[in-house]
Amino acid sequence: MTDKDKQQQLEPMPEQIGYANILFIGAWSGIVIMAVSYILYVSGIIEPHIDIALVTENWGKGVHEFMKITNSPDGWSWLYLLGKGDYLTFIGVALLAVLTIFCYLFLVVGYARTKDWIYFTICVLEICVLSLAASGILGAGGH
Amino acid sequence: MPRLFQFFVKWRLSLSVGIALVLAGAGLALAANEAAATGGSITDAWWFWPVILFFFCFILGIIAVLSGVGGGVLYVPLVSGFFPFHIDFVRGAGLMVALAGALAAGPGLLRQNMASLRLAIPVAMVASTFSIAGAMLGLYLSSLDPDIVQVALGATIMGIAVLLIVSKNSEKPVVTKQDAVGLALGIQGLYKDASTGELIDWKTHRTALGLFLFIFIGLLAGMFGLGAGWANIPVLNLVMGAPLKISVATSKFLLSITDTSAAWIYMNNGCVIPLMAIPSIIGLMLGSFVGVRLLAIAKPTFIRYMVIGVLLFAGFKAIDKGLGIGILG
Repeated sequence: MTDKDKQQQLEPMPEQIGYANILFIGAWSGIVIMAVSYILYVSGIIEPHIDIALVTENWGKGVHEFMKITNSPDGWSWLYLLGKGDYLTFIGVALLAVLTIFCYLFLVVGYARTKDWIYFTICVLEICVLSLAASGILGAGGH
Repeated sequence: MPRLFQFFVKWRLSLSVGIALVLAGAGLALAANEAAATGGSITDAWWFWPVILFFFCFILGIIAVLSGVGGGVLYVPLVSGFFPFHIDFVRGAGLMVALAGALAAGPGLLRQNMASLRLAIPVAMVASTFSIAGAMLGLYLSSLDPDIVQVALGATIMGIAVLLIVSKNSEKPVVTKQDAVGLALGIQGLYKDASTGELIDWKTHRTALGLFLFIFIGLLAGMFGLGAGWANIPVLNLVMGAPLKISVATSKFLLSITDTSAAWIYMNNGCVIPLMAIPSIIGLMLGSFVGVRLLAIAKPTFIRYMVIGVLLFAGFKAIDKGLGIGILG
């Protein structure tokens, strides 16, 4: 291996840096959004969909029973409740959970550019798997 | 952008402590107001458990960093054993806790090129797919009888404690010949050891076996809402032959992918309650930042043994609770 090859291997590919930058901005934005929206929620500044007392009375019950008693939404239905304090906090939570999918799009571009078709295919499949999990098709709605 | 990064790096300890104090102050103010207004028992107040959880997770975050285990593996058995939340919500929050920690650590690991994408991407594909299956299976078993999950969780946690006792990771495993799968995927790399300045060339062997083992890691991570660093590192290091530093960094990065898929299943099924999940996430992250600062003065070996003891205790407590024996109350 020549010195040039070694230097190339030591440096991350540009898309890896892009991945890191999105992750950094996204993760910290998500955490800040969560913290701020949580304060708005528990302070009562924004009224919740589920009364806090009802949450604490039922958080020892299984999720199916809890959702029935509290009339909680499943899947992506929380989007209709963004005006409510408790579901406003989901913006930060969902941002954390969706970040990796966006980051993988960067990698897909990178591997296509370097014509690394095996990793290109794996990344496309990973996006499909994560999107399927996020879609709510699997398991949600059975309450 | 680099200035912004430098600002965060320089001030993150102060920011962590500041945010912790502000949130603690807000909690205490609420406590005082409510106690004055109702005159009722303090544990009946809605804020009691979230405030306790926040401080508990703050300490857990410090211990997790000092002991080298992820927060999720401590969070799920301890919170499900000692807090009043149903295990469905504890697993949902546990995954979010592990995910947030991995996402926050990811940028640094990627920029330093310590987390290897060539190693992470194929194993993440396997683990994330099976963590979906694990999450669905875990929720199904829980709907049949949550005690099944409690007992299985307890057995798994005790198994993890034993794994931590017996596994001796190898700094630089000797890989004489790369296997066909590793070769086809080009899983190899070069990194510079910051402590010695040495350039270390590495490649994997037993890659197919390693990928196969990630099926089980994904299933367990999804089923119990655990971050799976405890299993990722031994498989990457001892089975596949990746150097320890690459294994540790890649494992942390890997969690951000594996836990994403399982976290969505729990979220879409209503298992994330903001009232208890958000104090957990923020408490553990702030604790982790303080833990990183304490690493220089702490005695990691003692803390590691302490954590093994805590895991054995938490595992036993989960089994005790699941079987309804009641030895630990």
